[in-house]
Amino acid sequence: MKYQTQKIAQIYFLVAMALFAIQVSGGLLAGWIYVAPNTLSELLPFNIVRMLHTNSLIVWLIVGFMGAAYFLIPEESEREIHSPMLAYLQLAILVIGTLGAVVTYIFNLFEGNVLLGQEGREFLEQPLWVKIGIVVAALIFLYNITITVLKGRKTAISNVLLLGLWGLALLFLFAFYNPENLSLDKQYWWYVVHLWVEGVWELIMAAILAFLMLKLTGVDREIVEKWLYVIVATALFSGILGTGHHYYWIGTPAYWQWIGSIFSSLEVIPFFAMMAFAFVMVWKGRRDHPNKAALLWSLGCATLAFFGAGVWGFMHTLHSINFFTHGTQITAAHGHLAFFGAYVCLNLAIFTYAFPILKNRDPYNQVLNMVSFWLMAGGMTFMTFVLTFAGIIQTHLQRVLGEYYMDVQDQVSLFYIMRFGAGVAVVLGALIFIYAVLMPRKEIIEPGHSRPVAAE
Amino acid sequence: MSEGATESRLSELPGDLMMWVLIVSELLVFGAGLAAFLAVRTTDTGGFAEAQDLLDRTAGGINTAVLVTSGLCAALAVRWRRAHRRLGARLWLGAAALLGGLFLWVKAVEYGDKIAAGIGTETHPFFTFYYLLTGFHAAHVAAGIIILGLIAWRDSLNNLETGTAFWHMVDLVWVLLFPVIYLLR
Repeated sequence: MKYQTQKIAQIYFLVAMALFAIQVSGGLLAGWIYVAPNTLSELLPFNIVRMLHTNSLIVWLIVGFMGAAYFLIPEESEREIHSPMLAYLQLAILVIGTLGAVVTYIFNLFEGNVLLGQEGREFLEQPLWVKIGIVVAALIFLYNITITVLKGRKTAISNVLLLGLWGLALLFLFAFYNPENLSLDKQYWWYVVHLWVEGVWELIMAAILAFLMLKLTGVDREIVEKWLYVIVATALFSGILGTGHHYYWIGTPAYWQWIGSIFSSLEVIPFFAMMAFAFVMVWKGRRDHPNKAALLWSLGCATLAFFGAGVWGFMHTLHSINFFTHGTQITAAHGHLAFFGAYVCLNLAIFTYAFPILKNRDPYNQVLNMVSFWLMAGGMTFMTFVLTFAGIIQTHLQRVLGEYYMDVQDQVSLFYIMRFGAGVAVVLGALIFIYAVLMPRKEIIEPGHSRPVAAE
Repeated sequence: MSEGATESRLSELPGDLMMWVLIVSELLVFGAGLAAFLAVRTTDTGGFAEAQDLLDRTAGGINTAVLVTSGLCAALAVRWRRAHRRLGARLWLGAAALLGGLFLWVKAVEYGDKIAAGIGTETHPFFTFYYLLTGFHAAHVAAGIIILGLIAWRDSLNNLETGTAFWHMVDLVWVLLFPVIYLLR
């Protein structure tokens, strides 16, 4: 650890991992409810479980991004974080807000209250006071990070990361606008949901991936930066108007069908570029970094993001196809592999890379960490295939033949059982991952004996 | 293919590499738009031909001449800048921008006539594409005029090459849109 304030990242990563454990456990429970629909139906209804699953996912990913920023900005800027105190205060606000949201959801407290009650808006259900807390925390975070970057060395990685994080915070402001008209509601809603994951989060992803490649492969910064700019340009070019692929059937004019189809088809390009980038860097790299597990997660991230976000997204992004498939299990398949590949793997990659450095020890438990990668990646890939098959059958029975929703659900129940099995593998992998990262052990992978190279 | 070879081939491109990334992306978008237009057209050739007859082909033809001439002015600006004749280069850029403005004015008159005749984006699939493709192109002409202004202000040769590359792309796209949308029977 070159800079003392990088230590801030550790508590962020710990909070993120705790929420990760909760998120996948909630997912497992939701998966079981698909198998046995009456499970906990009065105590913890499915819609609440789903809210916990999706909300905790987003929160832990963002906490992880923020931790990653606190970890890599000092190294990029070559100076300490402006104010560690603000960083901890900001995390405290986020944790209180998260716990508040969870308690409000589970016990349905203050129903209908403007400030305290949950808002009942898919993915943006958070009570108003929690949303305000998120904005305050984001402002503190941006202030802290921006001041650090402005005072220090400016690199392409820190600039792109900063652009992504500012975009993340500013776009969240649309969560405060909730028009009466449902079509308008959805239109603005996607400004948060879509422009995050298919816009500014891609910038954050590219920046963190570029940092990891720089450290793990020892490739020249100049080459990394050229790739980074191309990835960022194609991501924004395709992603912003790609929002149109959510506007096909919500009451918006027909031209969105073509804007959405054409631009979102191009969204494959930045994900392909990120995959190509990661592999080309490893091929060219002269450094044999001892943290093999971090490299595996980085390459796994780029690959699974390309398939989950790129290929599985393209599969149903053309409006003539989406006319039949929207809102089926195909969407669920895409959502799971895209989030896992792009953002979960990315976070786990930076955790794996950072923890030995934060704890000032060798990268322990490499084999166990890699086992967790294959368990999670295998489980998630299997789940994606299973849900895709379920979705194809569902699309045919429900949308083509016109059978009733619940009748169709009965006919795809076998797939839900298999999906639960896949979920067990993912949860097991997640627990092994947390153990491998946190527990000190003796077993490490010896670095190979190729040409030595100076540290970046 | 060695890294060195790729690097040098990319650096041979005039202007900034990122502009070429943008140009390729733009061509993909307009190409996909035209392909979709032609695909939908096969489902209703008669309806598309009838709708096309409502377009003002003369205005489209004039605009083609205007924009191609404007492209020539932009190309001459780079040539003059290479010869270190900065004032002349700026005047050529101004001429290119003025012709771009003329293009937009003709386009606005066309849109005005269509709207006055009650033709909107939902009137017929032909017009959805007409408004979408030409409108998107017109937005690029407007952006291009701003870029021409910027490079006339900061007139390094590299800036001129980068900015005029964008302008030629806008030009090229129109030369593809005009025959397919206005003329193709």
